[in-house]
Amino acid sequence: MGGNVLLIQIILLAAVAGIAVLLTRSTAGARHQAIRRVCLMLFVVGAAASVIFPQVLTRLANALGVGRGADLLLYALVIAFLSYISTSHRRMNRMSRQITLLTRELTLAEARTQEKPTPADR
Amino acid sequence: MVDTAAPQHPRSATDYAADWLVIPLYNEASVVASVIAGALPTFPNIVCVDDGSTDGSGAAARAAGATVLSHAVNLGQGAALQTGISFVCEQPDARALVTFDADGQHQVSDARAMVDLIASGTTDIVFGSRFLDGRTKPGLVKTMVLTFAVWFTKQSTGMRLTDAHNGLRAMTVPAAARVDLTQDRMAHASEIVLQLGRTGLPWQEHPVHVLYTDYSRGKGQSVWNSVNILVDLLFK
Repeated sequence: MGGNVLLIQIILLAAVAGIAVLLTRSTAGARHQAIRRVCLMLFVVGAAASVIFPQVLTRLANALGVGRGADLLLYALVIAFLSYISTSHRRMNRMSRQITLLTRELTLAEARTQEKPTPADR
Repeated sequence: MVDTAAPQHPRSATDYAADWLVIPLYNEASVVASVIAGALPTFPNIVCVDDGSTDGSGAAARAAGATVLSHAVNLGQGAALQTGISFVCEQPDARALVTFDADGQHQVSDARAMVDLIASGTTDIVFGSRFLDGRTKPGLVKTMVLTFAVWFTKQSTGMRLTDAHNGLRAMTVPAAARVDLTQDRMAHASEIVLQLGRTGLPWQEHPVHVLYTDYSRGKGQSVWNSVNILVDLLFK
């Protein structure tokens, strides 16, 4: 049993570590988006399957060393939530970066059009 | 114009006609005018970047005689600093710029000494440091936070600075042109050191005196702020 518990622990810790790495990296390309969408689709299919065949979920949980299917669902939810935080954090950063560049550019453009006061004018 | 032999000679304002003070400004209306009035006789060029102040700081700075740029929204001190740096780099005859705080904790005489160092041609970048002499007296907690900041800067940039988070810095325009701050908030202090270090240009530290008034203490960086800075630096 101990070996099986280790398996789910490895999976969960690997997922958490993966999300942490994603948080610190700054690449967000088409590949990431595609992976995210495939994962979402798998999640939908999995959710439907677990409702229709609850015993399948339990069997899968047992295979991974988790007592009940509901527990496995909770773990999956935690991972999904963390990755949601990761992606929205990234999106927020990108957006605030754009706002910064916009505001700064606006300010500098305004300064260029204004007549600059020379020390003699004051 | 290079006067290395006697840097203690009082210089007139015309010696700094090509140098700029860059002052990020956010809700400092009560002190900014006196800060500008104190600096203008030495530095005729002062650019204040009003970072979306809501207390009329921008108007106060303009009335005091500074060039004021305004951010439409509050972005943070790092963003304001970058706007000011970009502005100075666009000025055709600019030689050097000094980043200066709006709250009156920096001394004009320190800024002048740092620009003199650059004018002497020995260095491109001068970082102000509170800890090269015994004039500045920070509290115990502040000392601990700053010690950690020094260690962190050493680890992340390889530069052995004695004071990693000092807002008073002087740099030549070619050095400033290579600064591109992406940290809008307080973490820019580490970022600017990193980017200036990467230019490979000669740098040095200069002892400065920071006045901890009750006003600046009330607005200063708390320990919580240093946690935020660390998170900003790690999770980009």
